[in-house]
Amino acid sequence: MNGMSRIVKTIASIIFPFITIYGLYVIAHGHLTPGGGFQGGAVVASGCAMILVAYGSVWTMGKIKEKNLSLFESLGAICFILLAFLGLGFGAVFFNNFLVGSDFLFGTIPATGSGLADINTGGVLPLMNFAVGLKVIVGLFVIVLVMAYASSVKEGKQ
Amino acid sequence: MSKRNIAAIVFFSIVAVFFIFSSLLMHPFGSPDQTDMDDDIINNAQGETGANNAVTSVVFDYRGFDTLGEATILFTAVAGVILVFRRLKK
Repeated sequence: MNGMSRIVKTIASIIFPFITIYGLYVIAHGHLTPGGGFQGGAVVASGCAMILVAYGSVWTMGKIKEKNLSLFESLGAICFILLAFLGLGFGAVFFNNFLVGSDFLFGTIPATGSGLADINTGGVLPLMNFAVGLKVIVGLFVIVLVMAYASSVKEGKQ
Repeated sequence: MSKRNIAAIVFFSIVAVFFIFSSLLMHPFGSPDQTDMDDDIINNAQGETGANNAVTSVVFDYRGFDTLGEATILFTAVAGVILVFRRLKK
């Protein structure tokens, strides 16, 4: 599929940073506000899909190496499972939240009840949100990109 | 009216009666029978996991295995899509 008109391309490249920043905000504040890794990753991946629709799959495939995408997705999955096994190593059980209550990263425990949010809380939950977010961004974008590219190549042959 | 239509009307009215009765028997919104687990999570989630968002603390801490399964499903879906469409690129 070729790209769309110049108006669509311009508007898509103007909107794309805002969509990306909003999705990254949802991922980074997953332990404070509604949302999390899956939801924010879906937001960023839909922004990338908008660029794909506006500019065409051949142009996008020329800009991005598919090997890097599969590398990033595997990196997200490995980070997630590694955090779970670190809970087994430092704590007691699989998926133990070993960072909460410590003086290290994200260790503060908030007061029970409603109050102001502190981003330095949550233990391993923000790190798991980052891992799942990376995985969902790249995974959903790879699905859309590979399908669009395969259909465009098939159209070109006929 | 054919026999098929009559049978369909009888079947759907039976199903509709079941749905209406079961909807009348439902609990009012926000008052379930067993509240032990909800109260435990609402009272202890912020102190135990340190996250203000109780839903995230359930998804990533109390029910971490469920999220691991979801991530595995996504990984398998991506692998399957690439496996199917890779042949078409050449």
